[in-house]
Amino acid sequence: MTKTKITSNSRRRSGNVGLMIPMYVFTILFVALPILYLFLLSFLQRAQVWGVDFTFTLDNYKRILEPLYLDTFWQSLKLAFTATFFVALIGYPYGYFMAQMNAVWKRRMLLLIMIPFWTSALIRLYGWIIVFRSNGVLDKILMGLHLTKQPLKLLYTYPAVVVGMIYSLLPFMILAVYSSAEKLDASLVEASRDLGASAWKAFWTVSFRLTLPGLLSGVVLSFIPSMGLFFIADILGGNKIVLVGSVIQEQITKGRNQPFAAALSAVLMVLTSVMIRLYRKITGTSQLEGMM
Amino acid sequence: MGESILQLRQIRKSFDNTEVLKGIDLEVAQGEFITLLGASGCGKTTTLRIIAGLELPDAGQVILEGQDITNREPNKRDVNTVFQNYALFPHMNVSDNVGYGLKIRKVPKAEIGRKVEQALRLVQLEEYGKRMPDQLSGGQKQRIAIARAVINEPKVLLLDEPLGALDLKLRRQMQLELKRLQKRLGITFIYITHDQEEAINMSDRIGVMHEGVLEQLGTPNEVYYQPKTSYVADFVGNANILHKNGETFAIRSENILMNGEAVCTQEAVVVEKSFAGGQLRILFRLPDGQTLTASRYGIDNDLQPGQKVQIGWDAKDAVKVIDNDKDENHK
Amino acid sequence: MKKKKWPFVYVAVITVLTYIPILLTVVYSFNASKLTSVWEGFSLKWYRELFRDRDLGEALINSLILAVLSCAFAVLIGTSGALGMSRRKRKLDDAVAYVSTLPIMIPEIILGMVFLSVFSLMGLPFGMVTLVIAHTTFCVPYIFTMVRARLVGMDRSLEEAALDLGATKWQVFRDVILPQILPAILSGVLLAFAMSFDDVVISIFVTGPKVNTLPVKIYTKLKTGVTPEINALATVMLFVILLCLAGAYVLGRKSQTAVEKAAGGK
Repeated sequence: MTKTKITSNSRRRSGNVGLMIPMYVFTILFVALPILYLFLLSFLQRAQVWGVDFTFTLDNYKRILEPLYLDTFWQSLKLAFTATFFVALIGYPYGYFMAQMNAVWKRRMLLLIMIPFWTSALIRLYGWIIVFRSNGVLDKILMGLHLTKQPLKLLYTYPAVVVGMIYSLLPFMILAVYSSAEKLDASLVEASRDLGASAWKAFWTVSFRLTLPGLLSGVVLSFIPSMGLFFIADILGGNKIVLVGSVIQEQITKGRNQPFAAALSAVLMVLTSVMIRLYRKITGTSQLEGMM
Repeated sequence: MGESILQLRQIRKSFDNTEVLKGIDLEVAQGEFITLLGASGCGKTTTLRIIAGLELPDAGQVILEGQDITNREPNKRDVNTVFQNYALFPHMNVSDNVGYGLKIRKVPKAEIGRKVEQALRLVQLEEYGKRMPDQLSGGQKQRIAIARAVINEPKVLLLDEPLGALDLKLRRQMQLELKRLQKRLGITFIYITHDQEEAINMSDRIGVMHEGVLEQLGTPNEVYYQPKTSYVADFVGNANILHKNGETFAIRSENILMNGEAVCTQEAVVVEKSFAGGQLRILFRLPDGQTLTASRYGIDNDLQPGQKVQIGWDAKDAVKVIDNDKDENHK
Repeated sequence: MKKKKWPFVYVAVITVLTYIPILLTVVYSFNASKLTSVWEGFSLKWYRELFRDRDLGEALINSLILAVLSCAFAVLIGTSGALGMSRRKRKLDDAVAYVSTLPIMIPEIILGMVFLSVFSLMGLPFGMVTLVIAHTTFCVPYIFTMVRARLVGMDRSLEEAALDLGATKWQVFRDVILPQILPAILSGVLLAFAMSFDDVVISIFVTGPKVNTLPVKIYTKLKTGVTPEINALATVMLFVILLCLAGAYVLGRKSQTAVEKAAGGK
C-alpha cells in the first residue's frame, strides 16, 4: 500500500483545485472555443443578406489565391520584413549597450523606453504626421539646410509607413535583446579575450551567440504584430498601402464577408504559429525573451 | 531518561515510487536533545516534516503526549519548526515575525509585545525588533527564527539543519548557545544535521539514519565507541572497516598501532601520507589488498611510501559490526 | 575593461529621436494656429476646446470603465489560476496556461476578428459587455504570467513556517502569500491597464454603435482630418501616463531593492 498513495497524501502538493475553475472556464469559453470557431468559419459560406451559412466550402481559401489577395499578402510580408529588419538593426545595439550600463542607468533607460511605449500608439503616430506632412517639420529642416528644394511630401508614402512601424515595434526588440544581454556573463567575454580573441571576434563568437535568443524573440515580437497593424498603414499611408490587416477589416466592415475574413485570419494565424514554432526550434526555449 | 513525549511508530514514506522512510521507530523523552544524523537523502528531513505535519506518512503513527496526531493539520500541533533557510517573512519586521504565532492564537497585543521582548532578549537581539529580515546577518536571522519558534512554548522544537548556512566559527558558537538555550527552556529538541561533530557536541542521544533506516540510536559515546553497523562506524567515527574470516570489524584510525607494540603482527605497506584536520593520516595496504588509515598528531613522520611495517591494534578496539554492504535487511 | 563612449552616444541619439514626435505633439498643442506648419504663438485654446468636447469626455469615461473592469476580472481569473496551478504539476494546466496567453501572442487583428465572429454568432449585443470580455482575454495573460513567475520564485518554506506557527490556510494566504504576490499583481495590472486603455484594433471590432472608447474616437478623428485638439489630448494623456509610470517606478524600486537584498543575504 505504501507505493500507491504517494501524491495524494503529501500535504505540500494538495492545493485548492477550485481556484482553477475561473481560469479554465474563461480560457476555454472565450479563448479556445472562439479560436476554433474562427477556423470553422473559414470553411463556411457567406449568407445572402447578413451572417453566415453553415455550408462547407473551400471557396474562401481559393479566393485568397486570387492575384489581388496574394499580392496583398506579399506586400504585407515585404513590409513586415523591411520593418523587422530595421527594427533589429537599430534595436539590437541599443538593447545590447543598455545591458552594459550600471543598474541606475538601466532603470532610467527602461523607463525612458517605456514612456513612449505606454503612450497611446495613435498619439505617437500622430507626432509623425506633424513630422512628415507636406511643409511639416522634416521638410522645413531639410529645406532650411538646403538639402532639398521643395517639400518631399513624405506623408502617405511607403517610407512613412515603414518609419511608423519601426517606431511602434522598436521597444519590443530593445526589451527582448536587453533581457537576454543582461543575463550575459561578462567573464565569458573576458575569457574569450584572454584566449586570444579580438574584441570583434569575442563579440561574434560569445556575446552575439548568447544574445541570439533575445534577437530572435525580438524578431518574432515585431514581425507578428506588424502583419496586423492596419491602422499605421491607414494613418501614415493613406489608402495607398493595403495590408492583410486592412483587407480583413474591410471584409468585415464593408464587405460583410465574415468567412473570407476568417480565412485570411486563419492563414495569418498559421504563419504566426509557424514563426513561433521556428523560434522555439532554434532557441530550444518555450518562453519568448523579454515578453513583458 | 525522562517521561516519553513523542513517539514515532513504523513510519513509512515514499516519493515517486522511491521509499525514503522504511519503518522508523523513535521514542523521545521530555526535555531531551535528540539529533538525527545522516548524509543528505537519508530521510532525516522527511522524518522531521512528518513530525511537523508538513508531510503525511504512508503508514505508521506519530504520537505526541499519548495522543495520535498522525493526521492532524500542522497548524494544530504543539510542535514548532526552525527551518533550514530560516523562512522569516520578508515583509514583516523582526517583532512581527516573532509574534506571528501568538497573533494567530489571538493573544492580547500587550502580552504579545511583552513576550516578543522576552524572546528577543533570550536570543540577545532585543534592539532588533524594528529591523526587517533583509537587514540581518545570517546568524541574526537564525536567532530570530529560533525566537519565533520558542515563543509559542511548543512541546517539541524541530530544527532542520539550522546552522548549515553559517560559517564554521559562528556555527561552533551557535552550537553552544543552542545547547544552553535548550537546557534553560527545558523544551524537547529534535535536531537535524549531517555534521557528526555538531551531533556529538550537542546531543543527549543521536539517531544515525541511512537510506531511510534508523541504523543506531544511542548516546554520543555509544554511537562513537560501539557502532552497530559499518555505516555508523564510518560516518560517525571515520573508522576503518575490515573484513576478516567472514566477520566485519570497525577500527578507528587513532587506534591503529605501528611498530614496536606487542600486538603489531600485521604486515603492511605504506601507500601515502596526507595532513588533514590537525592530523597526519597514513594509508596502509594489507597483504590481502584491504586498506587501513592510521592517524597521528603532528605533520610528519619517518615512514615513507613503499616502506614495509608491522601494524596492529588492541582486540578491544576492533568492534564487531554489521556490514551494510552485505546485509540485505539494511537495503 | 575600458569603457567606450560611442555606445552611449548611440543610445542617446536613438532615445532622443524616439521622443521627437512626442515633443512635437506637446509643443504644437500650444500653437495658436490651426495649421501644424505654422507657429502663431502660445495659446491654450485647444485645451479649452478639448474640455468642451462632450464626445471625447464620454469616450474617456468609457475607456476608463473598460480598463478598470477588464483589469478587475483579469486579476480575479489570473491570480486564482496562478495560485491553483502553483501547487500542482499537470499537463492539462500547462495547456490551459498556454492557450490563455494566445490573446497576446497572435496579431491583434485576428483576435478582433475572432471576437467579432463569435459574438455575432452568440447574438451578444455589441457594446460594453463585448468590450469587457474581449479586453479581459488579453489582460489575463499579463497578470497570470507575472503572478505565476512570482510564485515560482517564492520560498515555499514561508507558507510552511506560517502553518507551523498555527496559521490556517486562509491566514497563510492573507499574511504570507498575498503580501508577496501583491507587487506582481500590481505590475501586471499596470501593464494590462495600459494595453486596454490604448487598444484600438480589438475595440474597433467589438464595440457597438453607441459606445466609443477614446482610442477608437481618436482613430476616427485622425482618419477624417487632423485637429490640434488631438495635440492637447495627447499632451494630457502623456502627463497622466507619466504620473502612472512614476508610481510604478517607485513601487518597482521598492520591491527591486527588497529582492536584491534578499538575494544578497543568502
